[in-house]
Amino acid sequence: MTDGMAEPAIQLSGVTRRFGSVLAVDELTMTVEAGSVAVLLGPNGAGKTTTVRLITGALRSDSGTLRILGLDPGPDGDEVRARCGVVPPKPALYDRLTGRENLDFAAEIFGASREAVLPAAERFGIANALHLEVGGYSTGMRTRLALARAVLHDPEILLLDEPTAGLDPESARAVLDLIRELAGRGRTIVMCTHLLHEAEGIADHVVLMGAGRAREAGDPHELASRYLAEPIVVLDAEDRRALAAVQGRPGVLAVNWNGAVQVRLDSIERLPGLVADLVTAGARITRVEPQVPTLETLYFEMQQSLREEP
Amino acid sequence: MRWSKALTVARIDLRRLFKSRDYWVPMGLLAAIFFILIPWVLLSVVTASTGNDLVSKIGEVIEVLPGQIQQHLPGSTQEAQAGYALAVYLLAPVAIVVPLTISSAVGAHAIVGERERGTGEFLAHSPLTEREIYVGKLIASLVPGFLATALGFTVYSLLVNVKVGPLLGGWFFPTAGWWILILGVVPPFIAVALSVIIWVSSKVRSTAAAQQAASLVSLPVILAAYGVSSGLMFNPIVAALAVGIVAWILAILGLLSGSRSLHRERLLGLGGDGA
Repeated sequence: MTDGMAEPAIQLSGVTRRFGSVLAVDELTMTVEAGSVAVLLGPNGAGKTTTVRLITGALRSDSGTLRILGLDPGPDGDEVRARCGVVPPKPALYDRLTGRENLDFAAEIFGASREAVLPAAERFGIANALHLEVGGYSTGMRTRLALARAVLHDPEILLLDEPTAGLDPESARAVLDLIRELAGRGRTIVMCTHLLHEAEGIADHVVLMGAGRAREAGDPHELASRYLAEPIVVLDAEDRRALAAVQGRPGVLAVNWNGAVQVRLDSIERLPGLVADLVTAGARITRVEPQVPTLETLYFEMQQSLREEP
Repeated sequence: MRWSKALTVARIDLRRLFKSRDYWVPMGLLAAIFFILIPWVLLSVVTASTGNDLVSKIGEVIEVLPGQIQQHLPGSTQEAQAGYALAVYLLAPVAIVVPLTISSAVGAHAIVGERERGTGEFLAHSPLTEREIYVGKLIASLVPGFLATALGFTVYSLLVNVKVGPLLGGWFFPTAGWWILILGVVPPFIAVALSVIIWVSSKVRSTAAAQQAASLVSLPVILAAYGVSSGLMFNPIVAALAVGIVAWILAILGLLSGSRSLHRERLLGLGGDGA
């Protein structure tokens, strides 16, 4: 802690991890503030799972420094892990045991009260299946149980690695609700995903990973303004032929006909003038809709931009 | 190390094990065959009829036993002596072979099984230390073997006393040599084998490979056990002291070394076979 500023919950600096000749994480630097939701975006093999494993100390880094809740997960790994909850890509449950036995086991290991088991199961709608062996659970039920297990001990950091893979929409929503709720209670969340729509609206901080590196990181709005500085507006009119007049207008960079017309502008401030010109030209405008940049748009824009880097 | 955490790991492993019919049914059958069926058949044949080939052959075996043992063989008839020799000397190795096989089967799955099921990921992210996980796995592997020993020994004792006891004028089993074998020699032998088998389990990539390696490890231990258990019966005090001490030293060294071989990366499915 310095100057009254809270220490980040997660701080990685120049962290590298190799598996033989494969460079899984390469000089990764990232910071996640306490109480924020960070989303690690990237394709398979980008290093997201390895990053989660490095954060809990399940894997040791080859070089670089990690500070998790002010601790080094190397020597202090047991304490770090006791304060983290992890939902791995596969739920990692004991099939021969019942849901209740799986949760009891986790409660004992993490030092949580057995009384926390039932509320956690109820929270994810799995309480009525606790007496059944997990081997008979559906994919959704297994993930719900893994989620309940991860939050039993009320962790300060929750690490979710592709938590909604294979889930039905209801279960996926439960995951996202959990993230919002925990974030609202000041917990730090790290979610790995390649499903961009999931991260939409919950991410305070986005880290775009590729080839083991944090290719870009920041607040989604800040990234949007950086990568999507040229706003897109959808226009429509009773007679669409009248919209042809947008071509060549000041500030119009590109026009894309796709039913309605998508117009890329050099600045959103051009929009009122553009609409006024179209009306003057006789167009009866029925739709003016500035496109809110989605994380997906941002992701592909960033990927494209990074590919074009020399 | 927090023993309560290690015991939690052991307890959960044992609970899974006893719910796995595909494990305990064959193991139960194995124990029943070696501790009950084979002794019952052999002792029935030996004690039920006179002058048959088996009794003659066992009589020949008795002749090659050390003179001191021959002189002290109880029983006034050849059948009684043959029954005693069979029960006390010739079936002794069963006491090691069966529990060792049962424990090996569990130990072979101990670490690699976690990797294959994916549950190693949960353990790797847990606050358990590697040593707590190792000790938990070790206890979970030892318990079935020790239980099999205790149960098998009890049943075998009853069986032997029922079949041969009447010929010898009453219950005579367990003998001092068997007590020493069961209490002083079987436990360290199982521990020695498991120290190697769990180490192997943490190194290989599949349960099948672990089982093959466990078989290779078990074989010399079984052979050694066979010789040792036979020798113990002949000269129990001296042999038990020597064998017990050596076996415990080997077991402790093996277990210490094994506990250092378990790393979280192996639980995650990384780092095996030199990867």
